Formats: sequence, structure tokens, C-alpha cells
Amino acid sequence: MSLSNKISKILDYFQRPEKTSRCAKERLQIIIAHERGSHNKPDYLAALQQDLLNVITKYVAIDREAVKVELERKEGFSVLELNVTLPNLE
Amino acid sequence: MAKIIVITSGKGGVGKTTTSASFAVGLASRGYKTAVIDFDIGLRNLDLIMGCERRVVYDFVNVIRNEANLNQALIRDKHIRDLFILPASQTRDKDALTLEGVSTVLEELSKTFDYIVCDSPAGIERGAQLAMYFADSAIVVTNPEVSSVRDSDRMLGMLSSKTKRAEEGRDPLTEHLLLTRYSPKRVARGDMLSLSDVNEILAIPLLGVIPESQAVLRASNSGDPVILDKESDAGQAYLDAVARFLGENVPHRFIEEKGNWLKRLLRFKEKEIS
Repeated sequence: MSLSNKISKILDYFQRPEKTSRCAKERLQIIIAHERGSHNKPDYLAALQQDLLNVITKYVAIDREAVKVELERKEGFSVLELNVTLPNLE
Repeated sequence: MAKIIVITSGKGGVGKTTTSASFAVGLASRGYKTAVIDFDIGLRNLDLIMGCERRVVYDFVNVIRNEANLNQALIRDKHIRDLFILPASQTRDKDALTLEGVSTVLEELSKTFDYIVCDSPAGIERGAQLAMYFADSAIVVTNPEVSSVRDSDRMLGMLSSKTKRAEEGRDPLTEHLLLTRYSPKRVARGDMLSLSDVNEILAIPLLGVIPESQAVLRASNSGDPVILDKESDAGQAYLDAVARFLGENVPHRFIEEKGNWLKRLLRFKEKEIS
């Protein structure tokens, strides 16, 4: 073991691990802000997925599993991710 | 007219029944005639915490169904003359509670009591909704832990929309935060949400902080609410919280780590550096 390695090990010993309480607070702030705004609204993701599927099948023959809708909540905004796997068009 | 207080949390196991028992004892020992009602139908536990489990004959559901009158069902506390317990039914299902039934019981109690403490069950089902429906004040019991804080926020949403006061457009009920199982040591280490973290997120007035304490388990073992253990930190914290609830200005305790000055100095230095 090199000297610098030893020193860094010793320093590590004195370093505090990352504080999980900060992580807890941030996660709570995001999820609660989101739930306060939306907990009375219906869960529309399933209906949205069905509608998207209907629109896409008007143009391309795809199967039901080919559309994935995901929602990620971030601070101040949400990301709606739409993932469509189209069949190989040859 | 009695003042109706609901002790609620959403999440189970955070200290609702412990708090209901101690608050009821605290209010009654100040001379207010107090009734404490267990709304947890099918899973009653307030009787155990209050140490009157062997004296239960009739219960809340018997009264609602007119199988017994209120005076037969109320159990006088073994320590304090002005304190009465209305136990939940242990056998019937939770749908036995009805809005009319609860309303009638609370109205009758209101004629002679000063305070009615409603010990809510966990969850957001009928029992929890009825426990909060008629309330004038709510004490939201929260642990410094993510799932408890989230559930408390959900309960605050329900308190502001699904209570009689909200439906009738009257003044909203008063909300109080009671942070329980708090460990200043773990907060200082960064392993636990701090009082100010929780306060910032839930944004309701702080009634008190109950430290994590061995006295709480000892109290439930013996069936004497922890507020009676006046030597203990938790007992004193409950006494303080009751005093604050009654409008007294009592400084908060048990929110700083006990310990030697060297540790604190080191921690202070560390904060300065980071």
C-alpha cells in the first residue's frame, strides 16, 4: 500500500459518510409537492396510454406492449416519457 | 360545549395511542373533564395503554347500537377522577361506526365534558375519517421518517377538506404537529430528519417534540400513560405539550443532543468548515 493510499484511508476514517437525512428531505419535498397538487385528480396514465395506442395504431400496426408511458416527478416539474417500439419497416 | 381533539397520523405505529392516553391524562389532571375515545374498531389498544383492559364491559359500538347507554360504557380512569375512557369494540368490523352514531355519542358527551380526545386508527378508512370529522383541533403525530411525514401531509389534506368544519365552511380546525420518537443524537449525525426539516415540509405549528425514550415502552408495559412518569424525558415532553396546547408559553426541550461540550464544539467546527 502506497503512502498516499494510507493517508487517504486515514482521511476516510475521519470523513463523515454522506448524510442520509438530507436525501430524505429532498425526496419528501419533491413527492409531497407533487401529491399536494394532484391527489384529487384521477390517475390518468392508463387512459393516456390507451389513447396513444389508439392513435398510433391508426398509422402503424403495433402491439399493445409497444407503448410505454412513464412519469418521473422532479422538483417543480414532471417528465412524461413516451417510448414506442415500431415494428421493423422494410 | 366540549372541545373535540383528534389524534391522527395516517401511518401506524408512530404514537397515536400513546399520545391520546397522555394528552387525556394531561388535560384531566389540569381539572378539565375529559373523555378519550378509541376509534380503532376491531383493534382496540387504548384500554391497554390506559391500563383499564380488564374493566371493559360495553364499548363504543354497543353505545351506537343502543345496546348500552353511554354511562355504562364509559370507564372511569384509575388515577384521575375527571377522566373517562370509551373503548373500541374488539370483535365487530369497522363498518359498525356510523356518522349518525358517532355524532350522537359526541353530542351527548359534549354536554358534560370539557375535552373529547379521539384516538384515530391508522389509515384513511372510515374509522380515521369519523375520528377527524367532528374535530375542533387536530394533533398530527409524526415520526422523523419519510413515510410518516408523507402520510402526515396526506392527513393534513384530509383535515382541510373532509371534516365537518370544512364542509360547512366554518373556521378550519387548528392543526398541531407533534414530532415523536425524536433522537437529537441521530439528527446531529445526519441520520435522521431534523425538527426544522419536518417543520419546513409540513408547515403547521409545532406543539412539541417527544424524544425517543425507553419510558414509553415501560409505560405501556404497566398500563400507566407515560405522562404520569414525571421523571422521564418523554413524560416531561408530554406535560410541556399539554401546557402549550392550553396556551401556555413553554420553551421546547429535548431537541438538542445531550453530551459533552467537546463533541458539540467539534461538530460546530465541522459545520463552519463545510
